[in-house]
Amino acid sequence: MVATKHTIVTLVANRPGVLNRVASLFRRRGFNIDSIAVGESEIPGVSRMTIIVDGANTLVEQVRKQLDKVIDVIKISDITGDNIISRELALIKVKTTSSTRSEIMQVVDIFRAKIVDVSSDSVTIEATGDEAKVGSLYNLLKPFGVKEISRTGVVAMTRGSVPNETGAAKNEEQ
Amino acid sequence: MKLTGSQIICESLLREGVEVIFGILGGQILPLYDTLTQYPQLRHILTGHEQGAAHAAEGYARATGKVGVCFATSGPGATNLVTGIADAFMDSTPLVAITGQVGRPFIGKDAFQEIDITGITLPITKHNYVATDVNQLAQIVQEAFYLAKTGRPGPVLIDLPRDVQVDSAEYVYPDHVELPGYKPTFSGHPAQIKKASRLITEAKKPVLLAGHGVIISRAFEELKTLAERAQLPVVTTMLGISAMPESHALSYGWLGMHGLAYANMAIQESDLIIAVGMRFDDRATAKVSAFAPRAKIIHIDIDPAEIGKNIRVDVPIVGDARVVLSSLNELLSPQEHLDWLSHLEKLRREHPSLDIRDAKEILPQYIIRQIWEATSGNATIVTGVGQHQMFAAQHFFYDKPGSFISSGGLGTMGFELPAAIGVKVGLPEELVWCIAGDGGFQMTIQELATMARDEIAVKVAILNNGVLGMVHQWQNLFYGNRYIATTLSCPDFIKIAEAYGIPALNITDKKAVRAGIDRAIDATGPFILNFVISPDENVYPMVPPGAALDEIIEAPKKEVPAWSPRNTP
Repeated sequence: MVATKHTIVTLVANRPGVLNRVASLFRRRGFNIDSIAVGESEIPGVSRMTIIVDGANTLVEQVRKQLDKVIDVIKISDITGDNIISRELALIKVKTTSSTRSEIMQVVDIFRAKIVDVSSDSVTIEATGDEAKVGSLYNLLKPFGVKEISRTGVVAMTRGSVPNETGAAKNEEQ
Repeated sequence: MKLTGSQIICESLLREGVEVIFGILGGQILPLYDTLTQYPQLRHILTGHEQGAAHAAEGYARATGKVGVCFATSGPGATNLVTGIADAFMDSTPLVAITGQVGRPFIGKDAFQEIDITGITLPITKHNYVATDVNQLAQIVQEAFYLAKTGRPGPVLIDLPRDVQVDSAEYVYPDHVELPGYKPTFSGHPAQIKKASRLITEAKKPVLLAGHGVIISRAFEELKTLAERAQLPVVTTMLGISAMPESHALSYGWLGMHGLAYANMAIQESDLIIAVGMRFDDRATAKVSAFAPRAKIIHIDIDPAEIGKNIRVDVPIVGDARVVLSSLNELLSPQEHLDWLSHLEKLRREHPSLDIRDAKEILPQYIIRQIWEATSGNATIVTGVGQHQMFAAQHFFYDKPGSFISSGGLGTMGFELPAAIGVKVGLPEELVWCIAGDGGFQMTIQELATMARDEIAVKVAILNNGVLGMVHQWQNLFYGNRYIATTLSCPDFIKIAEAYGIPALNITDKKAVRAGIDRAIDATGPFILNFVISPDENVYPMVPPGAALDEIIEAPKKEVPAWSPRNTP
């Protein structure tokens, strides 16, 4: 089985415990997830979750079907391979010396990231991009000594020309 | 009209057609119980343990098709329900459990008898609620019942803080349920049904495999029509027993680890399996990679997540068994499979799984067969889990729809007695037999008090072999006869029964078996029969763990050693 990353976007009722229900389901069924990001959506009382799942297709199919059984989950779309925009934000604190600072700033420039904090022995970088971009930036910064990294997990949506995933019917087995 | 939270619960239960509640009270659910005094229409049955309340509610639900209801207080009351809720979850039983909870200001403070029961039951309920606002109570109860009974049924729990029971609000029962995230599919996709009908027409060795879903959706007629029209042999799962009358010419028993040899062989040789309302559980399929190697599989189930979960499926059909089968029946023209059926008849003759050998001592198979004869099959059989369950599944012949009720998925020892109580409460005219093992019986034995107090006329047959029989069998067959922790020290069940005021008989002689059964049937109230049997009588046929479905041990390799009953029961 080939491991592939799947981007699953779900709309969930914004109720206490809904994240717990989804997380508990993943734990209980042994599904591996790379990241999960939740926030309010454009619909009042409804949140949007972006879940990145690592697994072969059959597993992802079970993830989708099991998620569908959670009553608070309103809609599910596997938007992998669709024309999507996906972004993640990372804060990376890197050790600096007077000799490395300019080199780090160059890397930051190339990645169109930002330096948001500077101290005598470190800089903190804010980077956004898809998972791959944030990953490569991190790899390039590692040799300088990364003191701390905090990543939000990926959020994703389909591009403007593609029908909105919220407009699609709740997925059903046919 | 303003009502208290407790009154809103009671009014809503009445709206949902609830007649009976099984439960035990306690401090944090006391306001609700106090309100029950205003609602004599709601019969409350006090059980000896909350697990018993949950199983009784399950038995009631399985027998009547209605939602079973149980109450418990917070903390240990709620946690004691857990086994019953899990059992209902595994066997798709509609159940609404209402638990008391500490008042809202105390939640999260580790107050006396506070426990996070919604957290605990999250993975074993279809959905659960903490009712923190009295204004939402009516809606929550309505949703809970709707979720419990529609689609794939299951348990729903409502955790009810004490102060919400006392608060008051305007009582308005919503006119419909609004759940955007819950839309079960009932009718099945027409194109898939057409494809299924084509496969059935082309098949040479088809088998119709009926599960619990057929019983839940009451698709008995539709199943029989399909079997007869397309001349399909019917094999059931263990929980599917009684979905098809077992005396029907097309009925070929049930499959699985202790299923009938010819049923397993039919599955393995088939070229098409039409699986209805079942989930390819490992006890049914045996080694899954070797299951029905030549068969295409049509899988009809209301739960999309069951399709493709355990086994590859050629034609998935999501829908209610009754609706899908009746659409399928409309499409199908009559078929003939005479060669296949005569081959299966030959298998049935060559591999008789239900013959009972002659023996001087009382064989458990013989007891079950005698109960069948004495009742003419006109009874509902409720079992726990273990050898007695398998004997009861095998040697009673189930013609009446829904007449076999057993703990399948969770395999809960101790299910039998409280569940049988629930069945009898739901079907007061029915002859209800609780078939128990001496191990499981002692796990919920306190429900004898419930049976005696409420005069619930369940007939109990204890197959008393003095051991935890199924595990004993595994130790015998697969663990080199190293018997650890399987020998029980049973009390004198006759004295126990007497202490509860329930008539009972000890039966140690084969000649007394039938007379004892007749006497139990003739008694107006509950009755207990303690059958003393050998610990060495194993259940056959058996597919050893890890083997393929047709690698069957049909009978013991050696003669079963002679055994005489113990002097003391």
